[in-house]
Amino acid sequence: MLAYTEKIRETASRLLKENKVDVFIGYKKGTVPMMNEPVLISDPEKADILYWDSNCGLNLCNYLTKRTDRIGILANGCNSRNIVTHIIENQIKRDQLYIVGIPCTGMIDRRAVMRAVNNKEILDVKEDGDQFTVKGKDFEETFDTKNFLQSNCASCSHRNPVEYDEMIAEPVEEQTGVEPYKDVEEIEQMSSEEKHDFFVRMISKCIRCYACRNVCPLCYCPTCFVDESKPQWVGKSTDTIDTMTFHFLRAYHCAGRCTDCGACERACPMDIPVRQFTKKLNKDVQELFSWEAGLSLDQRPPLDVYRPDDYNDFIR
Amino acid sequence: MTDKIFTKQEWIEALKGLQDTYRILVPVKDGDFHSFKSLEEGKEPDFNYLNSRLSPKSLVFPQSERMFEYSLDEKDPDVNILKESQKDYSPQAIVGIRPCDAHAFQIVKLNFDNPEYRDPYWVQRFESTTLVGLGCNEPGSTCFCTETGGGPFSEKGLDVMLYDLGERFLVKGLTEKGEEFLNKAKGGSPADDAALKDAETLKGSASDKIVSEVHTDKLREKVVKDLFNAPFWEDVAFSCINCGTCTFLCPTCWCFDIQDEVLGKEGDRIRNWDSCMFPLFTLHGSGHNPRDKKFQRVRQRFMHKLKYYDDKYHNGIQCSGCGRCVRYCPANIDIRQVAELMNNF
Ligand code: SF4
Ligand code: SF4
Ligand code: SF4
Ligand code: SF4
Repeated sequence: MLAYTEKIRETASRLLKENKVDVFIGYKKGTVPMMNEPVLISDPEKADILYWDSNCGLNLCNYLTKRTDRIGILANGCNSRNIVTHIIENQIKRDQLYIVGIPCTGMIDRRAVMRAVNNKEILDVKEDGDQFTVKGKDFEETFDTKNFLQSNCASCSHRNPVEYDEMIAEPVEEQTGVEPYKDVEEIEQMSSEEKHDFFVRMISKCIRCYACRNVCPLCYCPTCFVDESKPQWVGKSTDTIDTMTFHFLRAYHCAGRCTDCGACERACPMDIPVRQFTKKLNKDVQELFSWEAGLSLDQRPPLDVYRPDDYNDFIR
Repeated sequence: MTDKIFTKQEWIEALKGLQDTYRILVPVKDGDFHSFKSLEEGKEPDFNYLNSRLSPKSLVFPQSERMFEYSLDEKDPDVNILKESQKDYSPQAIVGIRPCDAHAFQIVKLNFDNPEYRDPYWVQRFESTTLVGLGCNEPGSTCFCTETGGGPFSEKGLDVMLYDLGERFLVKGLTEKGEEFLNKAKGGSPADDAALKDAETLKGSASDKIVSEVHTDKLREKVVKDLFNAPFWEDVAFSCINCGTCTFLCPTCWCFDIQDEVLGKEGDRIRNWDSCMFPLFTLHGSGHNPRDKKFQRVRQRFMHKLKYYDDKYHNGIQCSGCGRCVRYCPANIDIRQVAELMNNF
C-alpha cells in the first residue's frame, strides 16, 4: 500500500492547484509506529506531508461532517461507504466532494503485532510489499501482512471504494467466502446469563472516554444521549449498567449504518472489542433486510424511513 | 536512611507480609497491558514492565467517587440531608510506581492541597499512600521525564526507590513514610557496596536512554495572549476527536464533575473524572458554551498543561513526561510536537 503515497501527493497537489477543491483530507505519517494522523491541507506545496500505508485505520469520513467547503478526500472501501451514508443522511453534499478512491488491502492490527513480539517496545515498522518488518531494541522480525490484519479487514468484502471521482490504482480483488459473523454466532448461542456475563466482562475496563464513539463517523449527533443533561438519561460514573447502556444504545443507533470500518476498536485505549456490539446489528440488518450500509446513494436505509404502507407488519 | 538488598522472591514475600498493614498495589499483567491491582494470592506482580496503561492516579483520585448520600423520603427524619459516605483511608502502598507517575502526584498536589483549597478526599487518600518507586533501567521511546524536571531514577515524590539489579532489588528508603514501610518489611540484608555501585551505574546510563526531546524553556516568558491567539491551533486540533483518552490516561489531569444520582428515594452525590476535551465540560446552564469549538478545547488542554499551570504555580509544566497521551491518542496528537510549536512561537 506504500506505493500509493506518491500518487496521493500528486493527486492532492493537482486538485488543489486546479482549484477543484479547497482542502484535501488524508493522512500524514505518525510520530509513533503504526499510527498515522489525519491531516487537512489547503496548500498544494504541503502535499508532500501526505502519506499512506497499512496504518490508516481511522475513518476520514468522520472529518467531513457539516463542512461547507469543497473537499478532496481519500476513501478506501469502508470509508467510501461511510461517505455514502453521510451523503444520504445529509451530513455532506456529494457535489462538495472529490473522492479519491483507494483500493485497499487492509489495515494492520497493531495490537496483534505487539502481542507477536511479546509486547516488547516496537521502535520502527517498515512495510515492504505484502510484508512488514518490526524492529525493537533487541529484536527484528518480519511478518506477512495478511496474518496481521484487523479482524474487520480480514473479513472485509468491500475493499474497493463504492463511490469515487478517480481511483489511485487499479481495483484490488475482493475477498470472497469470508465469514464475518462467526464471533457473533458464538455469542448468539449463549444463554441470557452467559451473554450478560460476557458483556459485563468485556466492558469492565471501559473508562467512558468515548473514543469509540467520537472516532465513528456515524456518531455526529450534536449532543449524544449520554451527554444530554436536561433530562439526563444515563449516569456518568463507571457503573456497569450505565456503561452498558451507553454501549448498547450506541450500537442500536448505528444499526444499518455501520460499515465495520474498525475505527472504534482501533481507537479504544483499553483494548475493548467494541465491534461485538455493532456487528450483531449489522448481521441482523443483513438477515432481516438484506442490507449492507453505504453501498448505494439511491436507496434509503431500511431503518430511517417510516411508511404507513410498509410491507413489514411490525413497523406499522 | 535504609539501603537494603532483597532477592526478587524475597521482595515479593516481604510485600505479602506487609499486607496486614497496607493494601499493597502492584503492577499486574491484565490482558495486553498492566494495571495496578492489590496483591492477592496467585496473582503475581510483574515488575518487568514499561508502565501501566492507566496511570495510578485513580488509586488516590478514583474515576467515580461517592461523596455524599441522602434520602428523599419525607418520612425520614434526615430527609434531604447530605451525609458523608463511608470512605476507606486505610494505609496503602503503590509498589513499582514509575518515577514519572510519582512526580505527577506532586504536580497534582498543588491543585488539591494548597493554602486556598484543600480537597479532603484527595488529601486524606494521598496521605495514607506510600509510594514505592521502581527506577526505569530501560525508558521507553515516548518517555520524556528528563524534560519535565524528573528522570528515570528521579526520587521526586517517592517514599522508597527500587533499583532493579537483575536478580535482586536494591531498596532505598527516601522519606520517613518510606522508612516506616521498610522497617515493617521482613527479610533483606544491608546493601553491599557492589550493589550500591551497580545502582549508580544504572541511574547514570538510564537518562541517556531518553530519546524524546521536548523544549519548554521559553514558555514562561511568553505572553499568554500571544500563545492563545497563535495561528497553529486549528491545525493542531484538526485530527482530534475530542475523546477522553489523553486526559483520563494522564497522571496529571485532575478535572472532575459532580453529579447527583437518585434511585427511588435514595440519592448519591458522586464525583467523576471529567475532561476539558468534552464539549459538555464548559457548557453553561444558559446553553452558552465558551469553548464550543474543537480547537478551543485542544488549545485549553495544551495551554493549561504547558503555560497556565506554570504561570500560576511556578512549578514547571503540568506534565511529568510519561508519554501515555503520545502512545494512546487515537489520532496521534503528540504533546512533544505541540510543546515544540509553542516554545518556538
Ligand atoms: S474494512 Fe476493508 S476497506 Fe476498510 S480498511 Fe479494512 S480492508 Fe480496507
Ligand atoms: S473507547 Fe474503549 S474505553 Fe473508551 S468509551 Fe469506548 S469502549 Fe470505553
Ligand atoms: S488529543 Fe487525542 S486523545 Fe486527546 S482528545 Fe484529542 S483525539 Fe482524544
Ligand atoms: S500530558 Fe501526556 S506525557 Fe504528560 S503526564 Fe500527561 S499523559 Fe503523560
